[in-house]
Amino acid sequence: MKAIKNFFEKTQPHVQKGAKFHWLHSTHDALFTLFFVPKNTSKSGTHIHDFIDLKRTMGIVVLALVPALLFGMYNVGYQHFGALGQLETASFFDLFLFGLLKVLPIIVVSYVVGLGIEFIFAQFRGHEVNEGFLVSGLLIPMVMPVNTPLWMIAIAVAFAVIFGKEVFGGTGMNIWNPALVARAFLFFAYPGQMSGDSVWISASGIDKAVDGFTGATPMALAAAGHTDALNTWNAFLGLIPGSIGETSTIAILIGALVLIVTGIGSWRIMVSTVLGGLFMGLLLNIFAGDNSYMALPFYDHLIIGGFAFGAIFMATDPVSAAQTVKGKWIYGFLIGLLAILIRVVNPAYPEGMMLAILLMNTFAPLIDHYVVEGNISRRMKRAKVNV
Amino acid sequence: MSDKEALFSKKNIGLLTNPLNSDNPITVQVLGICSALAVTAQLKPAIVMAISVTAVLAFANVIISLLRNTIPNRIRIIVQLVVIAALVILVDQVLKAFVYDVSKQLSVFVGLIITNCILMGRLEAFALGNKPWPSLLDGIGNGAGYGMILVIIGFFRELLGSGSLFGYKLIPESWYIANGGFYSNNGMMILPPMALITVGVIIWVQRSKNRKLIED
Repeated sequence: MKAIKNFFEKTQPHVQKGAKFHWLHSTHDALFTLFFVPKNTSKSGTHIHDFIDLKRTMGIVVLALVPALLFGMYNVGYQHFGALGQLETASFFDLFLFGLLKVLPIIVVSYVVGLGIEFIFAQFRGHEVNEGFLVSGLLIPMVMPVNTPLWMIAIAVAFAVIFGKEVFGGTGMNIWNPALVARAFLFFAYPGQMSGDSVWISASGIDKAVDGFTGATPMALAAAGHTDALNTWNAFLGLIPGSIGETSTIAILIGALVLIVTGIGSWRIMVSTVLGGLFMGLLLNIFAGDNSYMALPFYDHLIIGGFAFGAIFMATDPVSAAQTVKGKWIYGFLIGLLAILIRVVNPAYPEGMMLAILLMNTFAPLIDHYVVEGNISRRMKRAKVNV
Repeated sequence: MSDKEALFSKKNIGLLTNPLNSDNPITVQVLGICSALAVTAQLKPAIVMAISVTAVLAFANVIISLLRNTIPNRIRIIVQLVVIAALVILVDQVLKAFVYDVSKQLSVFVGLIITNCILMGRLEAFALGNKPWPSLLDGIGNGAGYGMILVIIGFFRELLGSGSLFGYKLIPESWYIANGGFYSNNGMMILPPMALITVGVIIWVQRSKNRKLIED
């Protein structure tokens, strides 16, 4: 650590204004503050700062993502060896190592492309490099099917960073959650690689799969009417096919705990999203009739597909979510409601969570506007009575 | 203004070239976006559309310019519409006669040239107040500016969305995932949203080159 610190302090004069390498200053600054808390003090205005800056906030979110990520790696191996019928002979480390080697390249591509673009934009615009991508760069691999080709990941990341973020002015200005923009882009651009039965399980040697193997996710099976195929316990643990990080509800709940305890994720949004999902599930149950997917127990909706992952990590994105307390309840509730509605009623979109969150991201400022307006008019009325 | 102005004076050349860059109907005036999104999934219909709009716009400009002193102000819109509609029907018939398959592809969008904002915009803003010759140049210039953007969008959308240009396959079949390769066409390029994003990128590039266009 000492050596790193010395290096950055020694190079500091060379990137100052007027020095030879000034054009590198935002890169220097970004790397320096990544390793060390900056010692700059305020010169004007507010002098009291929280010790948590954006970089630490993002660090905690990454930490909260780790359980789901590790489990996702294990599950990639589990699904692969399960498809080959070799689960008995393969050890825990075989499974994990297989998953690690599959997932790691995706993460590396996501970070290299995303951070590369962020650094280039920061250099050209003379901004500081923002840390928002530390989280997006990890979220993106976690919402992808494991078989997605790496060049598609690269294109999706580039699209998300440029059109999801930089055109609006960078971190903190984006309308939509960048990770979901990346996923939505792939979903519409390359539907063959993002949905269907053959993308969720790592493909190498899959032609030797055991009899009766399908590779379909529980959600796809449920949509096809095989709701009895769903093993609630396995789905809760996460031993089901799906995007890399989204399968394990229990690992996601650990992440949720971290976010709530540290106060970084909004528990209001998480709770209201779950409530919205339960409400819609219940409503569909009541009107199910002969439709077995509509009759799927409402609580099962929470543990299949990307619902839990979206509710905890995507909907709570502090930039694109609603900001007011009442607005957060409305925003979350509508996400849950729409996600289940799209999932069950529209067969063209097998998973509604992504679209529901993007849609509500779009409406979040509107919700906030009316919450604030409502508050103002209520106070105005009170003021008149007192006069 | 003197009657003896040269046919290709600086001002007249400007009428022809400004719409190509600093006064582009799509990227600066933001007119005619609808058809720019609708007909550009492939290059060929985009070019046919560009030529059709240029022809209608040039002739409509000249006709309205000739009539400009006789059209009663209160019914000028309806007169303009009659002229445009007549010309569009002519163009439609020509397309049906000579390039039937493209005319099929363009379907209602040929008819919808009538509602293309560029036409009404140029007639109102230019032809009603200028002589026939400048009006002709203005019509051709704006048609070309519109067509240029259409061709750029169509080029990228067909290349990335279908892997071809003018219908000729450029990406080898063996590259595709279905045939054991790695490549896949970008299905979103075929959808109108991506055309809008392409227009956005063109506007972005243009404004970063031409800083005068950036409004506060």
